[in-house]
Amino acid sequence: MKLQLNGASIDAQVTTLAELLVAEGFGGAKVASAVNGTFVPALARADQILNVGDAIEVLAPMQGG
Amino acid sequence: MHVFYGTTLANGFMLGTAQYPSPAILANAFKRSGASVATVSLRRESGQDRAGQDFWQLIKDLGVRILPNTAGCHSVKEAVTTAHMAREVFDTKWIKLEVIGEEDTLQPDVFRLVEAARILSEDGFQVFPYTTEDLVVADKLLHAGCEVLMPWGAPIGSGLGLNNIFGLRAMRAHFPDVPLVIDAGIGLPSQAAAAIEMGFDAVLLNTAVAKAGDPAAMAEAFATAIKAGQLAQAADPMEPRDMAAPSTPVIGKAFLA
Repeated sequence: MKLQLNGASIDAQVTTLAELLVAEGFGGAKVASAVNGTFVPALARADQILNVGDAIEVLAPMQGG
Repeated sequence: MHVFYGTTLANGFMLGTAQYPSPAILANAFKRSGASVATVSLRRESGQDRAGQDFWQLIKDLGVRILPNTAGCHSVKEAVTTAHMAREVFDTKWIKLEVIGEEDTLQPDVFRLVEAARILSEDGFQVFPYTTEDLVVADKLLHAGCEVLMPWGAPIGSGLGLNNIFGLRAMRAHFPDVPLVIDAGIGLPSQAAAAIEMGFDAVLLNTAVAKAGDPAAMAEAFATAIKAGQLAQAADPMEPRDMAAPSTPVIGKAFLA
């Protein structure tokens, strides 16, 4: 299924957000996620069904002022 | 005392983590700064290099309080969503709320700031709003649930210091019991000392340390200046006056004319 991950087009064979994060290398990582601009808590990722064209953001700690 | 939302900090130094030449220099700067708070942000992570994970480990090792920001957000929705993501990742209710309204000055959009602050405060966040010295806005932020205010000294990254001394003094006088933090624009330790001498509870800065030729030395310089400011403020500074007043006694002066 075609998705947008952090602004890049990807093709992933997954059903849920939790599966996507593992498939894309985020397993065990300290990250926060959002789908189509809405925050999805870590505990809700397994229940978050993804649909074609969804825009997923995966954010991690970064330098800031 | 440096109490923010019930948390007592060892000092009034909040230091950013961006723009350092290397992670090692960042860590050394924090060590010499003695800063009690580190500001951080959230950005897109790569599943390949997972750079954010190394950074997170570095920050945890600093052993300071974490203050995540919503830097770069322009809308209420962006800022609120980013705050929720930060709360989960950093496991803190604290959020440095930035809602930018103008690109050249990075001036906060105070209308959206107040709205976002209300939403987040009602949701249990402890909001540190990056604002201006405008007293009306400050009052609305307090009514929105903020218990700390962070007026800018000057535009972010400018190093211009305290641009509106009158406005900042008025803010301090108008809200004597509200913790106030000068956030942004400080370029030199003397400016940080001046802010603390004026009665501000803390300063938050980043670029002045990170972009110095020797960030660690500059961090220590700021720490020393902030401590001097705190000592001076506690010592009840004299009132300035327009005309001279001789410090050497006049009585007993010889008549030699």
